[in-house]
Amino acid sequence: MTLLVGSLTMGVILSLLAFGILISFRVVAFEDLTVDGSLTLGGATAAALMVSGTNPVLATIAGMLAGAVAGSITATLHTRFEINRLLSGILVMTALYSVNLRIMGKSNTPLPYETTLMQYGESAAKTLFGEQTVLQISGWQLPARDLCGLLMMAAIALSMGGALYAFFRTNLGLAMRAVGDNSRMVRALGVNVEWLTTLALFIGNGLIGLSGALLAQYQGFADVQMGIGMLVWGVASVILGESLVGTKKIGLLISGALMGSVLFRLLVAIALRWGLNPNDLKLITAVFVFVALVLPKFLSRGSRLVKGAANG
Amino acid sequence: MVELQGVSKTFFPNTPNEVRALRNIDLTIDRGSFVCVIGTNGSGKSTLLNAIAGAFLVDEGRIRLDGVDVTRWPEHRRAKLIGRVFQDPFSGTAPSMTIAENLALASRRGRPRGLGLALGGRRRAELRNRVASMGLDLEARLDNPIGTLSGGQRQSLTLLMSGLIKPSVLLLDEHTAALDPKNADQVIRLTQEFVSRDKLTTMMVTHSMHQASHLGDRVIMMDRGRIIHDISGVERQRLRPEDLLARFEEIRRANQLDESAAEMLRQQYI
Repeated sequence: MTLLVGSLTMGVILSLLAFGILISFRVVAFEDLTVDGSLTLGGATAAALMVSGTNPVLATIAGMLAGAVAGSITATLHTRFEINRLLSGILVMTALYSVNLRIMGKSNTPLPYETTLMQYGESAAKTLFGEQTVLQISGWQLPARDLCGLLMMAAIALSMGGALYAFFRTNLGLAMRAVGDNSRMVRALGVNVEWLTTLALFIGNGLIGLSGALLAQYQGFADVQMGIGMLVWGVASVILGESLVGTKKIGLLISGALMGSVLFRLLVAIALRWGLNPNDLKLITAVFVFVALVLPKFLSRGSRLVKGAANG
Repeated sequence: MVELQGVSKTFFPNTPNEVRALRNIDLTIDRGSFVCVIGTNGSGKSTLLNAIAGAFLVDEGRIRLDGVDVTRWPEHRRAKLIGRVFQDPFSGTAPSMTIAENLALASRRGRPRGLGLALGGRRRAELRNRVASMGLDLEARLDNPIGTLSGGQRQSLTLLMSGLIKPSVLLLDEHTAALDPKNADQVIRLTQEFVSRDKLTTMMVTHSMHQASHLGDRVIMMDRGRIIHDISGVERQRLRPEDLLARFEEIRRANQLDESAAEMLRQQYI
């Protein structure tokens, strides 16, 4: 039970990462490699502030803003200085490694429970369940504060997803979606594509920074390595979500990203439980993304062959 | 009203691939006039439209739209004054967005886009009426992705979108060339309807001599980046497709000589 709630919480936190990747990779079609850096930046910024006694809510918001700024730097490198998209992301990501070390002053910052957002989960558990710190749910034992932590993270992720959905229905959001769909057309309709790309990466990496800040608080430390492989992780969640909802409607894509992230985390937890070596996790994730990208083409070719055989 | 003064553009200057796409173009198009632009491949017709639209900045000269000097304006800023339909039916619409969303995008062409709801009830009803007025039975499919429509339907919608906000000039770049004859006729019919209803100033690039001699009130023929014929008034009214073909034949003969020889002959004999 603890394992289930743990992986649900992780999945929900990382769904913010998936939202960010959905915005850059899908909505504006910008292959943004800042992710591994901006996630860590969010975690590092929030951790450094909380350790120095800042309110965890403010620290989390600061982590979000830091990620957003990193994203807009990547976008600016591309739109202003005409550096290739991939290289812009790599440059910022690489630079962020040093920045993150500077922010934390060391490679790992432990975060005691009382300094983080998780303390609110604990106090909520106290008011809800009183002295009963371990809940009995149909025979399973579950610490009340874990449940409240999950609910808190889910509330944050859901409200961010809802806000995104609302944004994409505004005039500005509509224009942003069109940037990735047909940039020639939106230019002809008077949209400044460069500015909207920058805004998209600002919002996307803001969500990724937020994800990093929450992740650090949940796992109890920020680490300069915590972002490694997160890009592929997020892409895997988005792809999984797309196959779950099977459409291009933006509302469904957003909820798909959330579901994909949670489901992917659950699958990983099950695999680990079955004895998968954690060291192999990133390899497996990469292979999963590869298969998910190639399989649809392979299947359609297969079905064409079958059809061809049937007709001929 | 469109005014061009001494507009020139050279692509890849000082390289073996140098192309003098526009040479010292002077052109004034009155408000409400409908001009067909014809010419051989590479004569500069599309380049002329792109220069006005701001796809690139011109090397020399001035461009004014309704009296506003837009010579240095970037493309997205000029969009406020310009409606465009491209040759490729897939260029003018965003395929994975719905018909209604595409129209909503176009209904704010060149205006600030804020956090207002893009498709409120009133706006939706308005757009539905505009679509219904085209008579293509698309008003029931407002929530379908536009990518599921045929090229002709998409081009008709692009045309509708280009006029949702009245432009100072409507630029049509061979907008029927990629369509089958039936759809091309449909789009031409809509073009005439919209242009005459809203009295739009229009420039239409076309390869069809039939279109050029039947549509609009003025024909411009281009060759090697210059305007070589400008036919309007009575002469335009008498114009038949054969006359235009004869002028193309003239160009073809002239172009058999190379550029420097042609220049020399021109100086000696004209």
